[in-house]
Amino acid sequence: MSPSLLTAEGLSGLLFLSLVGVTLVGAVIAACAARVIRSVAGLALCFLGVAGLYYYLNSPFVALMQILIYVGAVCVTIIFAVMLAESDETKMPLKQNGLVGPLGILAGGLLAWALAALALKTDWHQAATKVNNGTVADIGQSLLTTYSMSFELISVVLFVAIIGSVVLARGGRSKS
Amino acid sequence: MNLLTLSNELNTYLVIGAMLFGIGFYGLVQRRTFIGMLISAELILSGASVNFMAFNRFLAPNPTVGQIFTLFIMAIAAAEAAIALSIIIAVYRNYKSVDTEDVADLQG
Repeated sequence: MSPSLLTAEGLSGLLFLSLVGVTLVGAVIAACAARVIRSVAGLALCFLGVAGLYYYLNSPFVALMQILIYVGAVCVTIIFAVMLAESDETKMPLKQNGLVGPLGILAGGLLAWALAALALKTDWHQAATKVNNGTVADIGQSLLTTYSMSFELISVVLFVAIIGSVVLARGGRSKS
Repeated sequence: MNLLTLSNELNTYLVIGAMLFGIGFYGLVQRRTFIGMLISAELILSGASVNFMAFNRFLAPNPTVGQIFTLFIMAIAAAEAAIALSIIIAVYRNYKSVDTEDVADLQG
């Protein structure tokens, strides 16, 4: 039952473990780093790890989209905002209560523990039959049939977001 | 329970999703700038996405549903990041600060 390290299964298991490590380390850096630019780098690392997890979940298309959208677009946009606004926490005077850090760790740990315990204690039932295999062709087909309405609506949402962010960000700017 | 076959079990992914959620929640509480809070919110969203993809792979009768939902989460997250960042830029222009404690004009 337990594959040796030198077989293909063993190596893929090792790769999976390192992806999990990359994801969690990136998340911790993103949440704790004092300089925001390091935080963004940790976020990119975490998203790369999550893309690898998606690959292990039989969805290479979603993994590719994760890299394209999150690492390629969202992280770069956040870096632009970091450069436009001076946002380092190191130079700021400390104004918040000293209890926020420990209480935050307590609350976050409690939430994670409760969710994990819920997941581990539940007896999940597998579906008896699978309608399809979840390939890219299947995704495209259901995007254009069952989910065509949501597909159109999401493009409207993105359009409104683009217009809205342009309007918000250029208000108050001088004409010169 | 073998460390090298963990990638084939539903529980692994659910625990990873829960940990991402917890770390993101901690960041959201502890961060003092708007940009840091936005980053933590992205972590929470990706924890939810990992859960959806895990259920999609192991339990769902139609394995396209979770993938499509995750794609929609990504689109919503991108729209949210764009809007939030432009609001942050607008706030920075008015207050010369992105500290959450400085933007308190309506506080009594």
